Amino acid sequence: MDPMAEIRLTFFQECEEQLTALENGLLSMQEGDSDSETVNAVFRAVHSIKGGAGAFKLNALVSFAHIFETALDRVRSGDLVPDSDAMKLFLRAADALADLVSASRDGGVEVTAPYLAIEEEFNALIGGGGAAAEEDEFAGLEFRPIITAFDEPPSPARNVFTIRFRPLRELFAKANEPLALFRELARLGTLTSACDIKNLPFLDTFEPEDSYLSWELRLETESQRAAVKEVFDFVEGDCDLAIELAQPATATPPPQEMDITAILRKVREEAPAIAAAAAAAAPQPEADAAPKAAKAAVQPTIRVDLDRVDRLINLVGELVINQAMLTQRVLHSSHVRDREVTSSLEELERLTREIQESVMAIRAQPVRPLFQRMSRIVREVADATSKDVRLRTEGEATEVDKTVVELLADPLTHMIRNAVDHGLEGPEQRVAAGKPPEGTVKLAAAHRSGRVIIEVSDDGQGINRPRVLQKAIANGLVPPDAQLSDSEIDNLLFLPGFSTASTVSNISGRGVGMDVVKRSIQALGGRISISSAPGQGSTFTLSLPLTLAVLDGIVVTVDEQVFVIPLTAIVETVKHEPSRIHHLGDHSFVLRVRDVLVPLIDVGAELGVRGPTSDLRSGVAILIETANGTRSALLVDNIQDQRQVVIKSLETNYMRVDGIAAATILGDGRVAMILDVDALVGPRHHDWVAAETPLAKAS
Amino acid sequence: MTVTILTVDDSRTMRDMLRMALVDAGFRVVQAEDGLHGLDVLRGEQPQVVITDINMPRMDGFGFIEAVRQDAQYRAIPILVLTTESDDEKKLRARRAGATGWIVKPFDPAKLIAAVRRVAA
Amino acid sequence: MIEKSLNPQSREAEFVAFRSGSLEFCINIMSVREIRGWTPATAIPRAPSYIRGVINLRGVVLPIVDLGVRLGLPGTEPTARHVIIVAQVGERAAGLLVDSVSDILSVEDTSIQPTPDVASQLARMFVRGVIAMDGRMISVITMDNVLPAGMDLEAA
Repeated sequence: MDPMAEIRLTFFQECEEQLTALENGLLSMQEGDSDSETVNAVFRAVHSIKGGAGAFKLNALVSFAHIFETALDRVRSGDLVPDSDAMKLFLRAADALADLVSASRDGGVEVTAPYLAIEEEFNALIGGGGAAAEEDEFAGLEFRPIITAFDEPPSPARNVFTIRFRPLRELFAKANEPLALFRELARLGTLTSACDIKNLPFLDTFEPEDSYLSWELRLETESQRAAVKEVFDFVEGDCDLAIELAQPATATPPPQEMDITAILRKVREEAPAIAAAAAAAAPQPEADAAPKAAKAAVQPTIRVDLDRVDRLINLVGELVINQAMLTQRVLHSSHVRDREVTSSLEELERLTREIQESVMAIRAQPVRPLFQRMSRIVREVADATSKDVRLRTEGEATEVDKTVVELLADPLTHMIRNAVDHGLEGPEQRVAAGKPPEGTVKLAAAHRSGRVIIEVSDDGQGINRPRVLQKAIANGLVPPDAQLSDSEIDNLLFLPGFSTASTVSNISGRGVGMDVVKRSIQALGGRISISSAPGQGSTFTLSLPLTLAVLDGIVVTVDEQVFVIPLTAIVETVKHEPSRIHHLGDHSFVLRVRDVLVPLIDVGAELGVRGPTSDLRSGVAILIETANGTRSALLVDNIQDQRQVVIKSLETNYMRVDGIAAATILGDGRVAMILDVDALVGPRHHDWVAAETPLAKAS
Repeated sequence: MTVTILTVDDSRTMRDMLRMALVDAGFRVVQAEDGLHGLDVLRGEQPQVVITDINMPRMDGFGFIEAVRQDAQYRAIPILVLTTESDDEKKLRARRAGATGWIVKPFDPAKLIAAVRRVAA
Repeated sequence: MIEKSLNPQSREAEFVAFRSGSLEFCINIMSVREIRGWTPATAIPRAPSYIRGVINLRGVVLPIVDLGVRLGLPGTEPTARHVIIVAQVGERAAGLLVDSVSDILSVEDTSIQPTPDVASQLARMFVRGVIAMDGRMISVITMDNVLPAGMDLEAA
């Protein structure tokens, strides 16, 4: 790749990081954090984006970032103490900046009304100083050509400058070097110089750090005075300098003529001596500089292409399968039953597991960036619905597989929108209900028993159950006389096609309902559940696997076919003596587990592996719990094994199959299906309520 | 002898751009991500020229320059500051801290190399 | 031959020819990834009858299409002598279960004739054209419609 294109990629990657830092900092400022480092970090983020944008001539981005930065600089210097309106403006500007970055990346930037409006507001905030500063900035952007003498054809109009230059000690203190300046002058044309040493004192009064030499230089050049003066830019104020345009003919010969190389040599000889003397005379602050340096050690990191990591993960997946196959083959071959072989195989299995876990850890990412994206969603929906909303986040450092984080973005966005749009009341309504006018949406993540739990909760009105039920009846999802428990009503929200908003607002009503959310969570091997208290709010709880690559399951057989049931769904295996099975007609059976009746699902018949079995008495029943907490029993022929399996997508080459979560490859090299327990027993078809109702009565 | 240049900038983009331009011009480049890191690298690498950003976490450019100038061993190293502001106040402050010169961002490689040449012994 | 190859309109392509029941088919060699013997497949629940199941192809889960059944012919119970042609179908890969692979054919574009009108609607979904050669009639299979269109089943 062209190096500039590569740097451009880096720039946009870095922009994402800066935008995250920006939003983080602004949010913590909004929370009342006035630490100068927080403000600095916020300023730096915008400043960095501007700097990079300038290098790629992304002018719209530069100018927006500039005005933003100007405002932040006022905050940094203490001239501006941002009130809550100013903070809101900053946050909106951060969102706009993010949009502008994306637009710049994709190459289509139009300076449209939202940006201009924000710029206007900034100008009002900082008293109109922004525009002037901006002009200044663009002056800075302008490319000034470097004048080089060599490439230009000789011109008869040569200028001859006489330059008197006396460096002051400050010049040397800043590590400027007459030698380097002369060398630059020499590039402009023909330079002759004379060194005046008459100010050099006797050794007894010699100050190693002082400056005693001066030069008179004669430069014959095609360049103009400005170019000559530019060479002395860095030393302006640290030297006595006079540049005069002289006539070539009348130029006075310098007092002690030397050619430039001799001068250079002389200066080079002198410089180390001066530096050494200076070093001897200087204070020694090294002692306290050392611990600082020690602190500077940064945790070393490397950046790796995701492709490489994924290839490694695939290979390790193969290794796990291979290890299982090897173990199975060795243990099945009768002649090797050596204790040492067995223990080596066990060691191999342990190592394989460890490698796998370490590799998976590479993909683990904190949910923080995901949560941060949600704060923007909250702001947008709050603005659109004129609600006051605060997003609180917890456990942002919780790590999950990168893919899980990515695939969570859409469902989470939808849930957050719902929470603000439907969950929270408007300020007046809240005050009337005795709540603070500002609503709170909380987003929390935590690890719990090998899974990631993410909760989205609000302190709003809670689920309006009578309305949900009424709507479900109206839509024919529930019979009019249905008696449903609170939790059953809440779960109606997940039914396909259900939407609570009686008027579809343009925020939540984007053609997706909670059923889609549920489906996406299930596709991730996750579960979603809901709880709600009228007047106090609702909580959606997501439970997700840490990784999409492996799961623990039990291997079962049904009609000689092998299936894997995820361990997370399993409560226990249960005895199912004939006396515990009750026939409800129409191939529906329930199993009594202790004193509770649960539906008994014939996996073979449900998946169409075989016809409904008449003999429910053989086989094993496995009690499972679905995401919404309802229990069922799955009837299988046999339980073979409990093991960790590598998840293989069925969709890569085939498609999604209802009731099947994914495929895996077992120790014998054959493919087995992993059951999607929720889909298998969940609200299947539209007889969900019909199947559950008798139960509710029976228990 | 190859001239070694230390660049100190918290922005990866800027570090990459500096590296590209300087390496193309035949310099050896070592890099640091902020002032403290810069001091660390400075001690290990003994560069002939330092280019530093101003706005950085942990230790900013001003702090970095002051620290370098206080160290007798490094007080004669030319330091160029990178600045987006044509703002004289910042330039002045950098010079007061001991900066040798400055480079206005965004820079083009020719301008950068010219600035380096103007200070490199 | 020389004349023909000079004709820019005419391009030659290689096809893998195979048998399914009494019929002969061929598929462009560019879409064939490999040919392997039959291994027992794991049935996929709720799959159409022409999907034999999935096999493990070096860690990839590969669906197997019984071509005969797909074309509306009676299915046969596969044995070790049956063959799976692993083919690329757009982004996806699939195995075609066939009786045997018979030949590699070099065929001019121009010698592929359009599918005769008498062919059934089903056959027309998969047959791009026919080649008449040495008294044989070989149907050129296109893989495009061989796998079920994803959305159909998902909606069910």
